[in-house]
Amino acid sequence: MSKVLVLVEHTDSTPASNVAELLAAAAQLGEPSAVLVTAADSPADAAALATALGTLGAATVQVATVAEADELLVTPTVAALAAAVNAGDVAAVLVGTSLESREAAARLAIRVDGAYLSDAVGVGSDADGIAVTQQAFGGAYTVVSAAGRGIPIISLRPHSVEGSAPAAAGTVSALDVSADSAPTSRVTARHGNADASSRPDLQAAEVVVSGGRGLGSQEKFVLVEQLADAFGAAVGASRAAVDAGYVPQSFQVGQTGVTVSPNLYIAVGISGAIQHRAGMQTAKTIVAINKDADAPIFDVADFGIVGDLFTVVPQLIEAVKARKG
Amino acid sequence: MKIAVLVKEVPDTWGDRRIDPGTNRVDRSSDVVVDEVDEKAVEIALQLRDANSGSTVTVVTMGPKGALDSLRKGLAMGADGAIHLVDDGLAGSDAVQTSAALAAALAPRGFDLVIAGNESTDGRTGAVPAMLAERLGVAQLTALRTLTVSGSTVSGERVTDDGYVDAETSLPAVVSVNEQIAEARYPSFKGIMGAKKKPVEVLTIADLGLAASDTGAANSWSIVREVTPRPPRTGGTIITDDGTAAAQLADYLATAKLI
Repeated sequence: MSKVLVLVEHTDSTPASNVAELLAAAAQLGEPSAVLVTAADSPADAAALATALGTLGAATVQVATVAEADELLVTPTVAALAAAVNAGDVAAVLVGTSLESREAAARLAIRVDGAYLSDAVGVGSDADGIAVTQQAFGGAYTVVSAAGRGIPIISLRPHSVEGSAPAAAGTVSALDVSADSAPTSRVTARHGNADASSRPDLQAAEVVVSGGRGLGSQEKFVLVEQLADAFGAAVGASRAAVDAGYVPQSFQVGQTGVTVSPNLYIAVGISGAIQHRAGMQTAKTIVAINKDADAPIFDVADFGIVGDLFTVVPQLIEAVKARKG
Repeated sequence: MKIAVLVKEVPDTWGDRRIDPGTNRVDRSSDVVVDEVDEKAVEIALQLRDANSGSTVTVVTMGPKGALDSLRKGLAMGADGAIHLVDDGLAGSDAVQTSAALAAALAPRGFDLVIAGNESTDGRTGAVPAMLAERLGVAQLTALRTLTVSGSTVSGERVTDDGYVDAETSLPAVVSVNEQIAEARYPSFKGIMGAKKKPVEVLTIADLGLAASDTGAANSWSIVREVTPRPPRTGGTIITDDGTAAAQLADYLATAKLI
């Protein structure tokens, strides 16, 4: 059975949260093989990582050790994946949707003459080979794509594949990337989100509560955060709310921000311009609260409340808390 | 410093965007505009040029004849020249092919800095800057919200999924910028008039030296098998708050097992 490579991002010895799903997807297409880069001087324990990856379904774990890997952008990852592809018998490469992963996949496509299939929301194989499902224009269209030339190199969104891979051996081998000479960029300092919180990641969250200009001020935006916390949800925002400075740009849902497909999306004080809808209209259930009955957000809402959000949202927070006990 | 800025003409995100069911490609017959982030890329390029004497800015696009309007916009803003990759054989290119065509245009012209938007609003693949860096064999420094050039060092704040990093590299480089990079200036009347006199270099597949067997939709690395429009959402329940709306919503969510 051909290998399906999975790019594993990790923090020290812990695989990133999307790795289980990537390995599950790989197991449906071939033999899952994890590929990862560790820094020569890092505390990551390759043996512990391999054990964890084997449990998640990796038959093999291919490790490239690179000096200062944590400071170099993208190029060590490309070198590791290219070495694993060039070792032969690879049916496909799967990566997540982080910036680093997507860019490594894009460059890999050039280096190994493969096809880059970005931002897949589903992946499978049939008599015609491996194909992915994508969404265009914020979910207005569903697109099925495949590699016409070369192997498919696929970035896969969270929540795209169900189930898990059976545990496998996780046999470790080393990848030699010492010949890599690609010019690269260097990280000189890292800054976490000042607002980093215990809330779930926006793109991966099951429930997203977003606020718009209707909140009126940065101080009042806290109401959105309180509602999100009542649901255990991620917090999002419209571009108008970001432009008004209520929240940082990383919160932005929409055309020029994050695209989300949660089970439940609650839009608070958001009018629902096309730019915003393009980032959230594939949510399974959409709730809108807005004082303007003509707001376009109501066109896509499964449940809409025309009313004053400053009255409705506090009541909703209490009602949700009461039901959750 | 020779600066190239990549610009792309896209369907206006404020309008109704469609995929042509005949070709499975983006329908470009509706209102098209320069992608907003690309105008900001032109802006930062002009600022860098003006701060570094002897620099030039060239706007570059690949697209149909009408995409000349996008180049004129960049020239009207103040760019010095333009390159238009235009050939019927380029239609339907994927990111792999687009990066090949752009690399073929840029490599022989020896640009020090190539600036792109981080991703287009139509394809949203965000792959071309990275692919271009790979093809040109230069460093990439992407997703920047600030951009500084000092001597031969390029640096900026790269926005990542969980914050941002300060990063730097050496020229030559391909960088991409996000919408926070700068506010694009409006072209002046003088700029608009002057743009008509500025040079636009037109390059075909033959000029680029690309093989016909590698270009166009029929030869793309990624192929579209099927496109299906999403069925419109059926009418939801819209109520006006009479004091019980929050309770009704809680009931609705509980019934749907969302609480």
